[in-house]
Amino acid sequence: MSLKIIVLAKQVPDTRNVGKDAMKADGTVNRAALPAIFNPEDLNALEQALRLKDAYPGTTVTLLTMGPGRAAEIIREGLYRGADGGYLLTDRAFAGADTLATSYAISMAIRKIGEFDLILCGRQAIDGDTAQVGPQVAEKLGLSQITYAEEIKEVKDGKIIIKRRLERGVETVEGKLPLVVTVNGSAPECRPRNAKYLQKYKHAKTVTEKQEADTDYTELYNVRPYLNLQEWSVADVNADVKWCGLSGSPTKVKKIENVIFQAKESKTLEPTDNEIDGLMKELIANHTIG
Amino acid sequence: MANFYLDNPSLKHHLNHPLMKRIVELKERNYADKDTFDYAPVDFEDAMDSYDKVLEIVGEICGEIITPNAESVDHEGPTVENGRGTYARGTQENLDAARKANLMGVAMPRRYGGLNFPIVPYIMAADLVSRADAGFENLWGLQDCAETLYEFGNENQRQRYLPRVCGGETMSMDLTEPDAGSDLQSVMLKATYSEEDGCWYLNGVKRFITNGDADIHLVLARSEDGTRDGRGLSMFIYDKRNGGVNVRRIENKMGIKGSPTCELVYRNAKAELCGDRKLGLIKYVMALMNGARLGIMAQAVGLSEAAYREGLAYAQERKQFSKAIIEFPAVYEMVALMRAKTDASRTMLYETARFVDIYKALEDISKERKLTPEERQEMKKYSKLADAFTPLGKGMTTEYCNQNAYDAIQIHGGSGFMKDYTCERLYRDARITNIYEGTTQLQVVAAIRHVTTGTYLNQLREYEALEYKADLEDLKKKLISMTDKYEEIVKLVTETKDNEYIDFHARRMVEAAGHCVMGYLLLQDTNKEESFRHSAEVYISYGQAEINKIYAYITSFDREDLGYFKQ
Repeated sequence: MSLKIIVLAKQVPDTRNVGKDAMKADGTVNRAALPAIFNPEDLNALEQALRLKDAYPGTTVTLLTMGPGRAAEIIREGLYRGADGGYLLTDRAFAGADTLATSYAISMAIRKIGEFDLILCGRQAIDGDTAQVGPQVAEKLGLSQITYAEEIKEVKDGKIIIKRRLERGVETVEGKLPLVVTVNGSAPECRPRNAKYLQKYKHAKTVTEKQEADTDYTELYNVRPYLNLQEWSVADVNADVKWCGLSGSPTKVKKIENVIFQAKESKTLEPTDNEIDGLMKELIANHTIG
Repeated sequence: MANFYLDNPSLKHHLNHPLMKRIVELKERNYADKDTFDYAPVDFEDAMDSYDKVLEIVGEICGEIITPNAESVDHEGPTVENGRGTYARGTQENLDAARKANLMGVAMPRRYGGLNFPIVPYIMAADLVSRADAGFENLWGLQDCAETLYEFGNENQRQRYLPRVCGGETMSMDLTEPDAGSDLQSVMLKATYSEEDGCWYLNGVKRFITNGDADIHLVLARSEDGTRDGRGLSMFIYDKRNGGVNVRRIENKMGIKGSPTCELVYRNAKAELCGDRKLGLIKYVMALMNGARLGIMAQAVGLSEAAYREGLAYAQERKQFSKAIIEFPAVYEMVALMRAKTDASRTMLYETARFVDIYKALEDISKERKLTPEERQEMKKYSKLADAFTPLGKGMTTEYCNQNAYDAIQIHGGSGFMKDYTCERLYRDARITNIYEGTTQLQVVAAIRHVTTGTYLNQLREYEALEYKADLEDLKKKLISMTDKYEEIVKLVTETKDNEYIDFHARRMVEAAGHCVMGYLLLQDTNKEESFRHSAEVYISYGQAEINKIYAYITSFDREDLGYFKQ
């Protein structure tokens, strides 16, 4: 049995090591100061897809990402790890999208791709942290969804068995294909890039990238057609411009506040086991730790 | 996110040496693989870009997986049960990552599933891995065995075994026995040919075998009944799938604890001959040993780098007398010397690797076609240089990594003596590097003929003839005077024609050569890249003082005094 899997992935600013230049004066994220990375939980999702590919020969893994031209890097990163191909949704008209406009664009692209058994994506992206895009895509495509997946245990007879990681425990559920699965950060880390795939796909480029490239490997793109990455515009996926980007986004940012953490109160403890035990219990009780 | 390749600019500098053009051209046979393999480079720039990008993967695995695992691996170590070995959890994770990244056959030809990388980038990966966990380098570095199988096995054996190795199965080289360590001529493991079964059977015991429960073993065994010396030994391939070899125990070592060092019992283990009978030790093991020594050099360089970084970080953080201890001359001198010795070791490593690369590539080509007279000349030149630089480099760099590990602890003071700090593991891990694959004393034995025949001196004069920037004139002058002094030392000792006396001073002479060579290499580095200047200045001053010391010792030494040294 082989599967057709689509992995949704997003290029995000690395908000995990935020320095003082992370925000601009107007309160928006300073993307120039933060390296662009593969959203961590999308990597967890990719790993789940690649494990299914290992387990079920003939399975194909296709990446779908939306973003500016440089987001093509996400597709290459996926190819380096074992994905089979990918599409970059890129168009000025997609810019400024909230989760509603994003999930609309993505669902249109998925319709364009056509056949699939499984759509995998990370639970949420580290820039917006909404966890809405996966579920919204499922809704727009009229599919069932399983969220917070930690491990895909088995796919058999059109059914999938998934372990979910919830706040107070785990739950194993069964779903019917096709469906959308959002993968939790507690799922296994993605495998490293593979030295052979990297050498095979490092020249893979979109049309736009090829135009901008200064080195000339033109010949290569004819001999190795898989090096031509697909770029899709609004028109390519038959989307309606008014539901895309800023115009399709009802979410409006009302106000942004800078929060500066500072110590408010201090407490002095006696250096005894009792006092320390007491502090530990207090910290656990108010959810500071644990 | 730690990446050991990207956080150390000196690696790219060494990767991008002008000689790489020739090396890659030879290794890639003018890029002939590009039509057969989708991951083969199309030209020189493409190949170099691939090395760079793949090393970035290695650097990431080192920073993100191998380093975080190093401490638990050191504590857990491998275990043995019912004759089978099990790696520590972290070791297994490291191996899985290396396999998934397709990094298990880095230097193997593509037709067997390898990446066909030259030695330089392959050894650079070893340098990175060793900085992360020197013990893991022992498993990683066993890819060298595939090189030996490739060189001396027949095509049928290559096709059966090499793809398995490139696919992630591990190897071991089973040489040492309880009574055959440095003296491998005494190997007694018995190989008997059975006419009936048409195969060889191995019986006996091997000791101190790294990764002894490997999937595929290269075994040195006595195939010629009644012989007692090296000419009665042949090399065999043992495949674990056939059974017959059990792990009797795993040694409890001082360092590199993640690497299983096994005692193996062979009971009628079916094996096949690799190469020709009787050439096992005198040809194959000698070749294998040179490759392994380069690997240990890389291990020493990685350890030196790690020790330097630990020492530097602590010296900057630790405050005493209300300032960081690195501000005290006694401490910053230690740190500077560690940096200089690390840079000196690394430049020596890659110079040696380049020599090995050229002659090995030509040697491999000579199996496909007849070499031109120029190519034969080239092969001879680099083969000799590799032969001279390997023991010199192995000797110098492994001693330096011990000194650096020692100083790293010294900088940590009392804390360094506690198990809480990484420097303690580095100290234990470093201690084996100047012992295995030939002790420093044996490296001196291998290197001394290049002292007496002038290989080093000729090479030093060639370095001298290169063009250097005007502001490096003073350093060059120092190096010329060091080389002159080295020449004089060698003359003073060798003109006695007293072999015992020459042996007595051999290590001093080899070290003097080493100081000159490493000094010149650092000068060349600085000529291209200003960031090496501090190391060049510090190292050349240090080397010059060392040579003066050697000179003073030898000129004031009375040959009659040898007697006082005998117990």
